Amino acid sequence: MSGTFEPKIVAFSCYYCAYSAADLAGSMRLQYPANIRIIEIPCTGKVEPKLLLKAFEDGADGVYVAGCMEGDCHFLEGNYRAKKRVQRVKEILDEVGIGGERLDMFNLSAAMGSRFAEVAKVMTERIKELGPSPINAEEKSGLTGSPGPDARGRLSEHIEGDRLEEKVGDTA
Amino acid sequence: MNALVDKGADGAMKSGSNLERVLRSGHFAVTAEVGPPQSASSKGVIKHTKHMKDYCDAVNLTDNQTAVVRLSSIAAAVHVINSGAEPVIQMTCRDRNRIAMQSDLLGAYSLGARNILCLSGDHQSFGNHPTAKNVHDIDSIQLVKMIKDMRDEKRFVCGDDIKANEPRFFIGAAANPFADPFEFRVVRLAKKVNAGADFIQTQAVYDLERFEEWMKAVREAGLHEKTHILAGVIPPKSAGALRYMKKVPGMMIPDHLIERMKKAEDPKEEGVKLCVEIIEALKGIEGVSGVHIMAIMWEDIVPEVVERAGLYPRPEVAAGEQTA
Amino acid sequence: MIVAEQKRLEEISSLISDAAKVLIVGCKECVTVCLAGGEREVEILASTLNLKGKADGNPIEIVTHTLQRQCEPEYVKELERVLDREEGIDVILSLGCGVGVQFIAEHYPDYWVVPGLNTTFAGGTLEEGKWAERCGLCGECVLHRTGGICPIIRCSKSILNGPCGGSQDGKCEVDDGVDCAWQLIYDRLKGLGRLELLTVLEPPKDWSKARHGGPRAVVREDVRL
Repeated sequence: MSGTFEPKIVAFSCYYCAYSAADLAGSMRLQYPANIRIIEIPCTGKVEPKLLLKAFEDGADGVYVAGCMEGDCHFLEGNYRAKKRVQRVKEILDEVGIGGERLDMFNLSAAMGSRFAEVAKVMTERIKELGPSPINAEEKSGLTGSPGPDARGRLSEHIEGDRLEEKVGDTA
Repeated sequence: MNALVDKGADGAMKSGSNLERVLRSGHFAVTAEVGPPQSASSKGVIKHTKHMKDYCDAVNLTDNQTAVVRLSSIAAAVHVINSGAEPVIQMTCRDRNRIAMQSDLLGAYSLGARNILCLSGDHQSFGNHPTAKNVHDIDSIQLVKMIKDMRDEKRFVCGDDIKANEPRFFIGAAANPFADPFEFRVVRLAKKVNAGADFIQTQAVYDLERFEEWMKAVREAGLHEKTHILAGVIPPKSAGALRYMKKVPGMMIPDHLIERMKKAEDPKEEGVKLCVEIIEALKGIEGVSGVHIMAIMWEDIVPEVVERAGLYPRPEVAAGEQTA
Repeated sequence: MIVAEQKRLEEISSLISDAAKVLIVGCKECVTVCLAGGEREVEILASTLNLKGKADGNPIEIVTHTLQRQCEPEYVKELERVLDREEGIDVILSLGCGVGVQFIAEHYPDYWVVPGLNTTFAGGTLEEGKWAERCGLCGECVLHRTGGICPIIRCSKSILNGPCGGSQDGKCEVDDGVDCAWQLIYDRLKGLGRLELLTVLEPPKDWSKARHGGPRAVVREDVRL
């Protein structure tokens, strides 16, 4: 794969654990790849299959859902629901030829700043290895219009409909 | 007599039945019909068979016709065989699932039956057991194919092989030139022929014009060369009989025929006359290989009709003979 | 929707003849749409039985409650409040479809539960006050091969390679008020320019996917925790 490929990765992170861990990573000045676009959600249980699929439609090369440790979900079962939904969408992505390995779920606590950074690195490496999402491949060669920043815009339009805020990760 | 038609892909005899031999040899075939009784006695079937056996090439035994419980077609067929004639078993899709059908086919063949007519079957609401559950596991065209595969592929419909002694039937299907949608009837006939129908018996012809229209379309599709078509006829006993038939879905009776029967001094004689006229007309239509006389409740009249239509004596086609 | 019809009054009366106190349960979904067992029908039946009881000199006490739907445990549980509050209910008369009656009976096994409706078919509204059967619930939909007309249930013989010889003037031999499904299919496919679909021999159906295979269940593992 070309060394110039910089994947676009969306990380749905729950307010109570994953997003807090992201904040902590920030205050700890831990480095993690700028490829990660963090989207804060009240609970991973809020993530629906349609959201995950839309992320890929709008140009994401990779997506992950980050939530509380199993058993510690602030809303009790949210992360269990998310786990099942992520599994289902992985199967769909396999079936349509995008590849289920581009989607994953991770569990961590608010105290795990370094784990947050590690997950970001792991996913970025994985997607770099896999290359751009098959539907982005033409766009890379300029054959069709690049989704570019619009992807995030479109996605945020969708999320704003559900009244979630979008926070962008450290792009320094 | 109609021109020779070679039906089999490789010309080989399919079942060896008398009906098959007569048709293959190019003779104008005659089949008749006996309705088994609503009782457990074989007497009526035997009587009718003995009376008509020299006047037809094979005898159809109806299968709970109009959904009225009668002695079964296969059992009646055995009585026919024992009386020295050849039966055409009829099997509807209404009362049996594919398991029972295949089982009955094996049994019927082992008992000597060689011809079978596949039908959808009148809906049970017509008969004397309207509260019964109907089956319709498969339809009549699927049934034709199933029997063909048992014979030619030596295979049950589930895919299992019939390891030995597969039933080798001469397969018939029904056709109705008078039902709707008219434009589609020939397409459906083609479907039946492609599924494996070796012969066709049609609904009773009264409306010759419509029948000729249908035969024209049949010839255009080349179907008369791929299957043997026997046109159905029913000798009417009275004007009332024709009026009753007119109400039956799928039958077409021109009003002038009812008028004719009404005016007749001797309705039965008029009915026979009318039937014979229709048969004469049918003999002249290209693509018609024979006639199927359905004189239900009037089986005794069959010999007279056959004689007066110039179709007696019936040919005797030996097993080896293939051409007229 | 599931279409049902209310049983006749004599039959309903006979089902509750020994009861002094009856709870009539309605349902706000399918049976409301087909005017058989919704809130309004419950009230009508309650008044009817009340009047009949008084006229016959056999008065009956009636309690009513209508659930959002009877085929959902979450809603069926609501009856607990009613049953706690009302003492001495002898019989629960459900105006839900057969599914609803069973869910209530299962959830309240100590109560005698009887059906007030005859559940008939899966169908839709043709016009106000008229509903007709449309779906054969066969478990293997073939509507894409028949121009959107179900041969399993709209054909009286469930023929897949139709029509049969009894089709006349577009009507089924069984009842001239019933359209021949295969005439409809033919006309629809002709209009769509897809008649060639009808030249294909449809093979025997796999009835094991329909009720013939035994009572069925659908499971979605991805939403089960």
